[in-house]
Amino acid sequence: MSGKTHVQTTINGEHTDFLCEPRQSLLEVLRDVVGLTGTKEGCNDGNCGACTVILDGRIVTACLVLGVEAEGAEITTIEGIASGGILHPIQQAFLENAALQCGVCTPGFILASKALLDENPNPTEHEIRFWLANNLCRCTGYDKIVRAVLDAAATMQEV
Amino acid sequence: MHWIDYASPRSVKEATELLAERGERARILAGGTDLLVLLRAGVMDNVDLVVDGKSVPELNEVTYDPQAGLTLGAAVPCYKIYNNPKVTQAYPGLIDAASLIGGTQIQGRATLGGNLCNASPSGDSIPVMIALGGVANIAGPSGDRSVPIEDFCTAPRRTVMQPGEMLVSLHFPAPAPRSGAHYLRFIPRNEMDIAVVGAGVSVVLENGTIKSARVALASVAPTPLFVKEAGDALAGKPATEESVRIASALAQDAASPITDMRGTKEYRKHLCEVLTRRALLTAIERAKEA
Repeated sequence: MSGKTHVQTTINGEHTDFLCEPRQSLLEVLRDVVGLTGTKEGCNDGNCGACTVILDGRIVTACLVLGVEAEGAEITTIEGIASGGILHPIQQAFLENAALQCGVCTPGFILASKALLDENPNPTEHEIRFWLANNLCRCTGYDKIVRAVLDAAATMQEV
Repeated sequence: MHWIDYASPRSVKEATELLAERGERARILAGGTDLLVLLRAGVMDNVDLVVDGKSVPELNEVTYDPQAGLTLGAAVPCYKIYNNPKVTQAYPGLIDAASLIGGTQIQGRATLGGNLCNASPSGDSIPVMIALGGVANIAGPSGDRSVPIEDFCTAPRRTVMQPGEMLVSLHFPAPAPRSGAHYLRFIPRNEMDIAVVGAGVSVVLENGTIKSARVALASVAPTPLFVKEAGDALAGKPATEESVRIASALAQDAASPITDMRGTKEYRKHLCEVLTRRALLTAIERAKEA
């Protein structure tokens, strides 16, 4: 049995060191150690996508990554999406389309949508639905979310 | 989760030494999409060390050569497979499986090596890896060995791997001219579900007839099931639906599914015929275009 491990990462563009037990997930570390509680815990087994973060350019469920695996990694959480008090176009589109109700799934949906639009700026509705299949919402249904992503894509193309 | 230690070895030798020292108490961590769930569920309470395979260079290898075939490190995540243009071009059947395991987030971590080592009867990548004639390259304290993928799983969650051994890579022969493969699964949703039945197949054509074929099924037996007789029955037959029906009936005969929450055994038997037939027809179309 050993103690805590020192892990060095970059979170939302800032160099961030933390100490964690090897058994702690990246989700637990983000919320309980680093204090970034925007990332939500849902199922804790990879099904619901509430804890989605961007890890080295790919979306992952933070519950299925150990904190110690993040050594040297670049991580983006929901706290890193808006800039200087201005909402990201995806966040704005979620608001305008009423694509959230209780809000627990929203950070995960926004990060997953951002990763999609970074890779495919003009996705079809079909592509959006498949890409977001790993994110569950139990309030609004998916239609408003899909419309929000389509809207955000259109807005981001105009800029 | 109970206490675990974490190690990130830099070589196969260092990893196998750690595994040999801890025996059954150590597990290799690749994508973690099965292992971390099982550890957290308390069904692996004996495990107190995870050895991160991603830190070993050989486990991250993706090498394709038109003569030598494809070597896929055991810790390569699905997205790196389907984002690789050479692999996508040469092994569309493998891409079928890599792009439908879990959702986007899972595909960012999950690996085909891990899918194989998890040894679930429903493992989505295993039937098509069998159909492609894949081989598992294993390293261990008593040396290296290679095992055909159809012989790798021995029971649910059991494999041929001995304590101290680790899966290093998967190897697939170069696709023959006029060959094609396909994986098809049935689930009640469009995505993010466990196969009620899955069928992975490959065919090689020669002058309009089938030279050889391989068929394997998921979720119809205690392990992914290689149905040798179904593929063998196609050798020398014309590449027609009539021939394919002979093979799909043999696949159906070989299946011994159970009834559970995902489907009855009668329904699964029915699906074996339908999926094998459709997968073979698609594989033949791909082979004609190859």
